[in-house]
Amino acid sequence: MFFWITSALKVLVAVGFLAQIGALLLWVERKQSAMMQSRIGPNRATIKIGSLEIRAAGLVHSIADGIKLVWKADWEPTGGDHFLYRLAPIAAIVPALCLCAVIPFGPTVYVDHVRDLYDPAWATDVATAARSIPLQIANLDVGVLFIFAIAGAGVIGAALAGWSSDNKFSLMGGLRAASQMVSYEVAMGISLVGSMMIFQTVRLDEMVTWQTQHCWGIFVQPVAFVLFVTAAIAETKRVPFDTPEGESELVAGYFTEYAGLKMGMFASGELVEVCVSSALITTIFLGGWQFPFVQLTGLEFHYFGINVSWHWAHFIVVALGFLTFTLKCVVLIFMQLQVRWTLPRFRYDQIMKLGWRMLLPAALLNVLVTGTVLLFLNSSNG
Amino acid sequence: MPGKTKVLKKPSRTISDQSYVVEVMKGLGVTLKHFFQGTAQMVSGNVPDAVKNPLAEGIATISYPEQKRPYAERWRGVHRLTHRDDGSPRCVACLCCSTACPAQCIYIKPGEYPEGDARRGYERYPVEFVIDELRCIFCGFCVEACPCDAIRMDTGVHVTAFEVKSDFVYDKDKLMSIVSQHGTQNSENTRHEPGDAGHPGIDRLHGGH
Ligand code: SF4
Ligand code: SF4
Repeated sequence: MFFWITSALKVLVAVGFLAQIGALLLWVERKQSAMMQSRIGPNRATIKIGSLEIRAAGLVHSIADGIKLVWKADWEPTGGDHFLYRLAPIAAIVPALCLCAVIPFGPTVYVDHVRDLYDPAWATDVATAARSIPLQIANLDVGVLFIFAIAGAGVIGAALAGWSSDNKFSLMGGLRAASQMVSYEVAMGISLVGSMMIFQTVRLDEMVTWQTQHCWGIFVQPVAFVLFVTAAIAETKRVPFDTPEGESELVAGYFTEYAGLKMGMFASGELVEVCVSSALITTIFLGGWQFPFVQLTGLEFHYFGINVSWHWAHFIVVALGFLTFTLKCVVLIFMQLQVRWTLPRFRYDQIMKLGWRMLLPAALLNVLVTGTVLLFLNSSNG
Repeated sequence: MPGKTKVLKKPSRTISDQSYVVEVMKGLGVTLKHFFQGTAQMVSGNVPDAVKNPLAEGIATISYPEQKRPYAERWRGVHRLTHRDDGSPRCVACLCCSTACPAQCIYIKPGEYPEGDARRGYERYPVEFVIDELRCIFCGFCVEACPCDAIRMDTGVHVTAFEVKSDFVYDKDKLMSIVSQHGTQNSENTRHEPGDAGHPGIDRLHGGH
């Protein structure tokens, strides 16, 4: 019972949060690009309560946009496949939401011991473990593989939208999206093989544990980090990889024929993907919820001859872990948006070349080098 | 004289150019610098509030709608149908504009003037005249094609945003009601009605063609 209630709560919080993140990131994106380009950015929308005027630095625009999207004429193309047309936005946003299910966003909370110092025995004690809340919705054994499977399903939404819209531009956009996502899926998967070999697991929570005990993934797999970030940006179909919706060639690509809330679902699905991919990069390469030098027991600093051991209550470690995870995600999202406003769009053939002729061989080489080094280390140890 | 060949050297690329990653980092450095400078300026309050004080000095952008960029005299805005002196449309329903329109967004239903009307036989009139402003690409071909200066795009206004697509379809009454940027509904060009001095006087029904 306890498990079901906490799980339902976690799902509600995570999905509720991600559903809003689109509006929030839309504002971040607008304001951030404005600051970058000496503009002002969104500022006009105002909520008036008496003489009080709330503009919240343009955040109100997101609310206005939401209202506008809801009230827009829900126009549909007369040709095409209506069922698939309506299915496509759902198929685009649901995989993005599902992805967050396996990402650990904090250490396990032991409800009975929040004020105590951490004791590793809790995890093995049946009664305590039964009343624990892992800050992860589903702790799947297949972890990363689940992510690849679901992220791969994201392409269906774009492809369906392109196909069912009965529009040449949409079809081109859908095809481009499909080929691009399929290509980068390969490089993305192989770039993580090295990390899996080092962590010796595909479970995301164990990956974080490994990084907590040793060091962050980015230090043992720097090449994989660059490859994975590149592929992840390509998967979100945003600039510089946005040929599926390149407005100078394809109007709006696969969602040309979408209006109102359906268009909003595509747009916010993209931003949700940015958020989720940031969380994923954080988990695999940036130590997940670990604050530097903090273990489950508290601060442990044993380098350069300095030995500090400072034990904290369980709830402090949990709160710090959650905040750290959020902070890391925020920084990564910020960087992804910054990349979007810095780089020009690649040409379509360049994207394919980059995917198949640069990223894929580099990822394979990375696996080879990692394997060789691991083999060498293991044989010299044993 | 034998031609001299000058071999241009291909600009060389260093490894950092070629790898792209380094250059991306440099680019991010530039944009990040601008971002933090811009944010610091905005937060410090040195920039005037563009909503309360839209015309203040120090705002780099144009504060629309308080401030508007002046459009050229020939800027192509929303269409209007020009009037004759008696208020009827100048259009003679010749269909030149709808033929020229590359977006095929003009629909005209021509009609014959009733028996006894001085214009009957000389020209027709549009019973319906519809432009889908959402389909229009604002190329101005219709204006160029019109032999009677009956359709113009000198209104200086954008198409306003509507909530439903059908509102973008402008009918004859709406097109007739739009005024030019100088407030007139007529055209500068003179026009000779049948019977006026200067009217060619050959009509379609009795011209002998
Ligand atoms: S401006 Fe061009 S597209 Fe628009 S109605 Fe005239 S001819 Fe057609
Ligand atoms: S607007 Fe001009 S071109 Fe078009 S039908 Fe009327 S007279 Fe002919």
